[in-house]
Amino acid sequence: MWKRLLPLAVFLGLAGLLYAGIRMNERREAEGRDPNALPSALIGRQAPAFTLPELHDPSTTISTEQLRGAPWLLNVWGSWCPACRIEHPFVTQLAATGRIKVVGLNYKDDPVEAKRWLARYGDAYAHIPVDADGRTAIDWGVAGAPESFLVGADGTVLYKHVGPLTPDIIKREILGRLPESLR
Amino acid sequence: MSAAPTLPGRGHGQFLRGLLALLLAPGLASVAVAMEPLPFESPEQEARFRALAAELRCVMCQNQSLADSNAGIASDLRREVFGLMQEGKSDTEIKAFLTERYGEFVLYQPPVAPRTWLLWFGPLLVLLAGATTVVVIVRRRRPASELPPPAEGEDW
Repeated sequence: MWKRLLPLAVFLGLAGLLYAGIRMNERREAEGRDPNALPSALIGRQAPAFTLPELHDPSTTISTEQLRGAPWLLNVWGSWCPACRIEHPFVTQLAATGRIKVVGLNYKDDPVEAKRWLARYGDAYAHIPVDADGRTAIDWGVAGAPESFLVGADGTVLYKHVGPLTPDIIKREILGRLPESLR
Repeated sequence: MSAAPTLPGRGHGQFLRGLLALLLAPGLASVAVAMEPLPFESPEQEARFRALAAELRCVMCQNQSLADSNAGIASDLRREVFGLMQEGKSDTEIKAFLTERYGEFVLYQPPVAPRTWLLWFGPLLVLLAGATTVVVIVRRRRPASELPPPAEGEDW
């Protein structure tokens, strides 16, 4: 008897496994996480150092060393990136709360276009380092824009988000990771 | 009912060979696609670069190698890999550079470690399980074949 049921049992087992896989992706999507997102190799490690010119004043530079001492958010963006426009109001809102310094890494962009984009959609970034050739982005393991990294006061990368930020993710993953006094 | 459609005037062998060529063609073609010209010093260096780029995964388009992809980041990473080669870095060092930044995901061949044993040897386990099942079934059947054939409609 059990022999006759064996193929059915195998089938049901496999179907169950595949169904669980689909559900897992759905759940992740419902939570606003990209099921294809990769874990960052950087989490828990020191943020890769950079010293880059500022968009609004290329004669001055901003470095990771200067940012040490308080948590900050690195938001990778470009005027060529449509998804950046979607998240930009939320990024601006976050910066306006003053709870965390938001640094906008201008990734492989044309400076003129970048400034025009900021004038149009708002500019609340504390600093805008310019990564014209994308070398700094490679050090950070960036695959595209937008991507955001939360860096702790001691310079450790605490969290990475790939894709546009949403109010929910900002609240849960970014503000939720800040020290009590800043939440 | 014929098992496979045949083209008029052609044998099965020829048809299958044609089908095989058709299936393999995109694979061969994609090697040559999407690579911007880099100032290679020698054909050997170019061959090494191509082999390395084929072993590395594009981080944006997850099912393409660095050699196949024409995404912006893939072209940046190819330039980076070429730059590291120019600096005299070994293949291992170049892979370590990328793994440090993008994780082991960039390697099409993950390292053999306790954590990846299931990945590397899992297929072998499945093969063994299949072989065992076949052996068990064949052994059980042998005495049965000397008996009169089972009645119609009876399952295994």
